[in-house]
Amino acid sequence: MIKFVLNNQPVQTDLPAGMTVLDFVRYHKNLKGTKIGCREGDCGACTILVGELNGNSVKYLSMTSCLMPLSNARGKHIVTVEGINRPDGELTEVQQAIVDESGTQCGFCTVGFVMSLTGFCVDETEKSCESAISSIDGNICRCTGYKSIERAAEKLTQILNQKNEQSRLGFAAEKGIVPGYFSDIKNRLETLKDLPTNEFYEAENRPQTHDAKHGAEDQYTSEKSRTKIENRKSFVGGGTDLYVQNPEEMVDATTANLFDDSDLRFIEETNDSIEVGASTVVTDLLVSPIFRRIFPNLYAHLKLVSSTPIRNMATLAGNFVNASPIGDMTAWFLALDATIVFNNEREIPLREFYIGYKKLAKTDDEFVTKIRFRKNFSHFNFEKVSKRTCLDISSVNTAISLNVENALIANAHVSAGGVAPIPLYLRKTSEFLRGKEINDTTILEANEILQSEISPISDVRGSAEYKRLLARQLFTAHFVELFDYQ
Amino acid sequence: MKNVDSKSHVRGESIYLDDIPLVQGTLFACVYDSTVAHGKLKSIDTTEAEKSEGVVKIITAKDLIGENQIGGILPDEPLFADAEVHFQGMPVALVLAETEEQARHAAKKIMAEIEPLEIVTDPRIAFAKGDLIVPPKHFKLGDAEEAFKDCEYVFEGRADVNGQEHLYIETQGAYSIPTEQGGIKVYSSTQGPTAVQRCVSRVTALPMHQIEVDVTRLGGAFGGKEDQANAWAALCAVGTQLTKRPVKYALHRMEDMRMTGKRNPYSADYKIGLDKDLKIVAYEVVFYQNAGASADLSPPVLERTLFHCTNAYFVPNVTATAYSCRTNLPPNTAFRGFGGPQGMFVIESAIAHAAEKLNVSASEIQNKNLINDGDKFPYGQIAESEAVTTWTQANEKFDFAQFQKEADEFNQQNKFVKKGVALMPICFGISFTKTPMNQARALVHVYTDGSVAVSTGAVEMGQGVNTKIAQVAACVFSLPIDRIKVHTTNTLRIANTSPTAASAAADLNGHATQIACETILKRLKDVAKDLVEAQSADDVTIENGFVFRNGESTDLDWVTLVNEGHMQRVNMSEHAHYATAGLHFDWGTASGHPFAYHVYGTAIVGATVDCLRGIYTIDFVKACHDFGNSMNTSIDYGQIEGGIVQGIGWMTMEEVVYDAQGKLRSNALSTYKIPDIYSVPKTIEFIPLETMRENLAIFNSKAVGEPPLMYGIGAYFAIRNAVKAFNNENSPAFDAPFTPEKVLMNLYAVDFKKMKAGK
Repeated sequence: MIKFVLNNQPVQTDLPAGMTVLDFVRYHKNLKGTKIGCREGDCGACTILVGELNGNSVKYLSMTSCLMPLSNARGKHIVTVEGINRPDGELTEVQQAIVDESGTQCGFCTVGFVMSLTGFCVDETEKSCESAISSIDGNICRCTGYKSIERAAEKLTQILNQKNEQSRLGFAAEKGIVPGYFSDIKNRLETLKDLPTNEFYEAENRPQTHDAKHGAEDQYTSEKSRTKIENRKSFVGGGTDLYVQNPEEMVDATTANLFDDSDLRFIEETNDSIEVGASTVVTDLLVSPIFRRIFPNLYAHLKLVSSTPIRNMATLAGNFVNASPIGDMTAWFLALDATIVFNNEREIPLREFYIGYKKLAKTDDEFVTKIRFRKNFSHFNFEKVSKRTCLDISSVNTAISLNVENALIANAHVSAGGVAPIPLYLRKTSEFLRGKEINDTTILEANEILQSEISPISDVRGSAEYKRLLARQLFTAHFVELFDYQ
Repeated sequence: MKNVDSKSHVRGESIYLDDIPLVQGTLFACVYDSTVAHGKLKSIDTTEAEKSEGVVKIITAKDLIGENQIGGILPDEPLFADAEVHFQGMPVALVLAETEEQARHAAKKIMAEIEPLEIVTDPRIAFAKGDLIVPPKHFKLGDAEEAFKDCEYVFEGRADVNGQEHLYIETQGAYSIPTEQGGIKVYSSTQGPTAVQRCVSRVTALPMHQIEVDVTRLGGAFGGKEDQANAWAALCAVGTQLTKRPVKYALHRMEDMRMTGKRNPYSADYKIGLDKDLKIVAYEVVFYQNAGASADLSPPVLERTLFHCTNAYFVPNVTATAYSCRTNLPPNTAFRGFGGPQGMFVIESAIAHAAEKLNVSASEIQNKNLINDGDKFPYGQIAESEAVTTWTQANEKFDFAQFQKEADEFNQQNKFVKKGVALMPICFGISFTKTPMNQARALVHVYTDGSVAVSTGAVEMGQGVNTKIAQVAACVFSLPIDRIKVHTTNTLRIANTSPTAASAAADLNGHATQIACETILKRLKDVAKDLVEAQSADDVTIENGFVFRNGESTDLDWVTLVNEGHMQRVNMSEHAHYATAGLHFDWGTASGHPFAYHVYGTAIVGATVDCLRGIYTIDFVKACHDFGNSMNTSIDYGQIEGGIVQGIGWMTMEEVVYDAQGKLRSNALSTYKIPDIYSVPKTIEFIPLETMRENLAIFNSKAVGEPPLMYGIGAYFAIRNAVKAFNNENSPAFDAPFTPEKVLMNLYAVDFKKMKAGK
């Protein structure tokens, strides 16, 4: 039995915990405003708001309902467009701004934009045109060319900046951006709070067919890599990979939900290292003061990684366990020479986690609980090139961490994705860099070693030749970015 | 005036195919499609699938009561693969089950034995094998062969331009419901309700009057739901016919992408000849169109490629030849521009080629060759040209030379970042090139409460045609727009419609609406004449809901008038017909007057290339566009912005990839990228052309659906110019789209050869 609040209604359902929230709201609750565009989190037509208790208030995030299992709705407030529509038929400020600026043509993607922008109105982040646009970076529109939507977002930002002392949610309620019943949601969620959130859900009367490992951040995996469904228990995080890869099987899969385990969601700093819970989502990194301090270009770099709703759902360990050779966060943490800790306290370097294409050095019962990395680097950079700069999968990505002392590289870790069957830690390149000065020769020679370590193949993301050239360029780009090297 | 649908759109209350409330007993369909691109279909094994839970029926070619044929133009496309399969994604069988999940589950259990045959995906190979869909088409003006002899400069080359996935956010789908006496009602997400009706009639062997097709609205189409919508409607209808139950099929995205055709890719050889003053004297071009496995709409797409092969230029000697080549890909089809953009890309490539060799700016050649009033297009129509005026006004307002200068200066100062600018004039003919299709009908009812219902053959798919039609009715009756409702497009109300395509729906259906409304108005004025004691009906006008006599208001309001009309047994309904006057075209001589008018414009496009990473941004598009006199600027400006971005997508990141086996590799939104909010130009700015000229458009407001897409071609050449600024020794092949991969490979073409040599 899963209980949550759907718009203004309490819901309890015995439907399979693996069913997507999208199918549930459309076909079981007849809320047809939420549209189906791609079922893989790439278009945003099915965007909903998910409200979760957060201290003394409810925090709302936009998520793509096509990748969200019902089990992840447990104890939360799920908001579809029907839940924000005003009963008098008048439009909310968000809706009015879109109408005024002609930001809707065929209308099919429109509700997704409305929900993302409504989420923007109620979250506590700073309100600027840039952040407004960023809130809709996961919404694809094929008709408008976005300019009218940009204008609507700009208009909305002006309205939001009229706020005084009250909370964002309070201001939104006052302005009619969200209906009055939102004020009581906190209390209603409190009553649902004591329900267990980390149990194993048994599928009903069906063979337990399922492969899943552990939810994921990098949702994208080629068809070829779709793993065989095996008869075993498995773990789901944000669902952003599993629901792309095995949407039908996931519905009746027996899964353990790790997404809502608060023990797995933290960022902690010690004297020499950082520890991050396995279910920490990418957005958590973005807003973390620790991460913002350690990674000065955090926003610019993470902007290249999927989109706002996916970053709200996708867990770090999910990205690691998905083992996609082009996982962005995997490349990131490989270059930090991070280690991962399993539920049985076993700890291994992330670079030893990958033993072959989609093969992991872990048993079926093990799941990742935390990620640890040392702070002993002075420079970090992340590079990614894809066909479309944002919300796309890398052709090649690479990250580097360097500790530079007295103009010498004291320590170096370099990773690259999209250039091998596994997310690649460039061991020889990293070793070569240690003790070197940063100059033309070092970079040229390192690049040659890098070329010997990679083995890209031609696929839809580029030819092998392109990926080799790109790896060279992006490796060079690290030094251009970090040292203004020309 | 905002789009009349926008309020229900933002509230999520607009009803698309998948939102139609389910009828009890509805079955759900799922296609089993070929995983082989070409082969002999030896057998289909449905045994396991039939045993699968919830399965009601599995249908294959042998079960059809009607003909196994859905080809619209040519009867060359079976609904179900019969003896052979011709592309990956070709339907082989249809599963009907009690739930969607059950249908999908069962479809996976079907097996087909297919003996592979040779697979062709390249149009030039198909051409070499003589495998053409239709005989070649030719345009000839003057004598190019002779003219080349006198040219100062002659350049020859090749240009390739890839296809484009429509990526309407609403996938294809249909929902059919049995009606009395063996009839079928089909809800379809289609641009062509009549095409669906004909197609369903054919496969069910039911006469057309037994089939009602209804279309509320589409969640995007862009040409992709013109003939490509037929198959899904036919499949559902066949299911309904055989089970007597409602059948629904809303495709999943990956099914849609792999089973439907896209914009036709082209490969072309060109030869361009100029005199010493850079006047283009002769142009010869051969197009190899990749049609896919069957005709679909490729033949008329091919024709429009010829119609636009000289874009906005006057060339006195043109020889153009076009081959529609059969390959083992899903049948390619209409897409915004309908072959025109492909033709334009080739002549723009030829001009860029000449400019590069002559070391002049392409804009100089473009400028010197713009078509003028009285010049002849290669198909004989005399131009009423705005090419020069839009060019001039664009440059007066935005100043290309200044952008060029700024780019040059920037490029001098920056090693790893380069800027490029390009000009892109456009000229696009409005009308269906098949003259008989330029007709439409409208049905208008005035009810006794004074409200007005309008039905036409136009399908609303985001382009705002319903709003424009409502505006026409509101304008004629002088009523507020909320007194008008434009209803679904339905074949019982409006018969024998042309598809909503060719940018012409507002013109054709708007005119028909205007005629219907004026006819009713005339009758009501006759009624009013007596009531307000006017001398003649000509002295009566209706303004803002009141009757005026000789320009002065009376007490007689619209509702009273309408009621009086009803009492007097006056017909307050009208079904009107409109056919565009003056159109003719003869393929025998390949000449005539196929277009009601042309739309012109000129855009300046700027791009910045990051030469370290091979990525780029399109910085701005600034244009002067010929709207005629826009009747709805918020809709028309939206079409311009959306069209430009779609065109840029086609030229940059949108890459349709099939492998040698004819399998679509770019088969999802994760592998086929369309522009997102970050990738669109920072600035899109345009000014309407100032012109007093009359035209044949509804209310003088020129069609705006397709033309702006072609401004996007400028993005290709802007990127190319930036790439050349980094590496002037390399001449990038004319091969769109200009993906980041091609950019990087061209930036480092020299280095790359060294890398390969192991240096």
